[in-house]
Amino acid sequence: MTGGGFSGAAAIAGIGATEFSKDSGRSEWQLACECVLAALDDAGVDAAEVDGFSLFTMENNPEIAVARALGIPRLSFFSRIPHGGGGACAPVQQAALAVATGVADVVVVYRAFNERSGHRFGAGPPPFAYTPSTDQEYRNWINPYGLLTPAQQEAFLAMLYMHKYGATSEDFGRISVLSRKHAANNPKAWFYGRPITLEDHQNSRWIAEPLRLLDCCQESDGGQALVIVSTERARDLPNPPAVIRAAAQGVGPQQISMSSYYRDDIDRLPEVNLVADQLWRQAGLGPAEIDAAVLYDAFTPMVLLQLEEYGFCGLGEAKDFVADGNLEVDGRLPVNTHGGQLGEGYIHGVNGIAEGVRLIRGTSTNQPAKPIENVLVTGGSPVPHSALVLGADG
Amino acid sequence: MSEAPRSVVRTAVPRLVVTQDNEFWFRAAREGRLEIQRCADCHTLRHPPAPACPECRSFDWDTVESSRRCTLHSYTVIHHPRDDAFDYPLVVGLVDLEEGTRLVADVSGVDREELEFGMELEVCFAEHAHGEILPRLRRREKREEER
Repeated sequence: MTGGGFSGAAAIAGIGATEFSKDSGRSEWQLACECVLAALDDAGVDAAEVDGFSLFTMENNPEIAVARALGIPRLSFFSRIPHGGGGACAPVQQAALAVATGVADVVVVYRAFNERSGHRFGAGPPPFAYTPSTDQEYRNWINPYGLLTPAQQEAFLAMLYMHKYGATSEDFGRISVLSRKHAANNPKAWFYGRPITLEDHQNSRWIAEPLRLLDCCQESDGGQALVIVSTERARDLPNPPAVIRAAAQGVGPQQISMSSYYRDDIDRLPEVNLVADQLWRQAGLGPAEIDAAVLYDAFTPMVLLQLEEYGFCGLGEAKDFVADGNLEVDGRLPVNTHGGQLGEGYIHGVNGIAEGVRLIRGTSTNQPAKPIENVLVTGGSPVPHSALVLGADG
Repeated sequence: MSEAPRSVVRTAVPRLVVTQDNEFWFRAAREGRLEIQRCADCHTLRHPPAPACPECRSFDWDTVESSRRCTLHSYTVIHHPRDDAFDYPLVVGLVDLEEGTRLVADVSGVDREELEFGMELEVCFAEHAHGEILPRLRRREKREEER
């Protein structure tokens, strides 16, 4: 163990998902139950052994509903993390902490929703936005002026970033093309068999300049679950453990949800930097030791900004780092090999964690030829952030 | 169910969350003034409003009235999705006020081709989605004393 007391103590032993679609035809609750059972089956652990759940606060299917439906008789640990996709990796951190300290033995993380056939995040503020509280007060300063959706709220950062570093819409488009190329080779991806060209990206309509339609992730129906147990236990289970080498959360100075517009440099992501520092310290490694990454891609510019904040390249250099092919399957840092949320599906980042596990197991449909020892998986930005380093055992 | 009158705008914009922390700002806006919260102890300006000063943690504050002169820090032109409360394409700006704090507002009367980082704008006030009087940005008009 290095630095973080729980580094290496817990592992993801099972992953399971429903199909990723635009209309699941069944309840979110059922999707949650299905993906939890699929992940437990993958882990070779009986449902009755589950004693913990760790979820998003945005999850509509409470742990008690899933426990009741699946006949899970007792839970000794249950936890919720706010900030949507920004917090995507934090429930895994909670699970690892619980397992490492003996508070729970089998913790399941899931995210299940009908985010396309039900409420679409891209359509406008979510239902809870209409409950007056300090939690939603930040909307006073953006919503009345027309910044109603995440794409619209991120556009200021992307526009300034382009202006500052000479990045172009094509530089963002390369992330979209890459994701769709990876998705085209992933039968589970919504865009399986449907790659795009940079020209397709450039011809796609504006959503909120400088973001085009093909800079935006999908809206999806589906569920994804993960099973976390001790690394010791995981060694006796059917699949190779994806060891949780590091797991961190971060809030930066003057943080506001989706709208930290009052910092000196609005195109910097100090919360991402804070998470990166913790990960490297906990895992005892740095960006040079990361073999592949799953970077949260609600919108393409954030992939460029994260490459810089995590130290894979210098500030303003991400466009060149991407154009040079570093993110390809055979590149220095294969990124979003499942197709990302642009190509595979939008399960609020949790499907990306599953891809991190597959990369460690060697079972990605776009598995790089080189050995994969350490994978970085990140949550969203510009909101409070979270990320993981998953590692191969031994 | 009766049909809503045609004049009622169906908007997704949530109602303002007016609290003891920010009520002064919305009241001033209704009266056509742009106020900026100021720490009464260390005089640091802050926006959006908050109950304490992030520099010295004092709970004592007053306000200064902004000159409403500002420059464009960043912007977006919104095309989709469309809300009944706005005309599209909708230009929204983030500005640096002369006093040093920033502000978000919709921009009127500036075409997207004319948008430039650092361009001079000013804050005026206009009715928004639910009839609230709130800031709007427009090209800065030269005032008499500046001519």
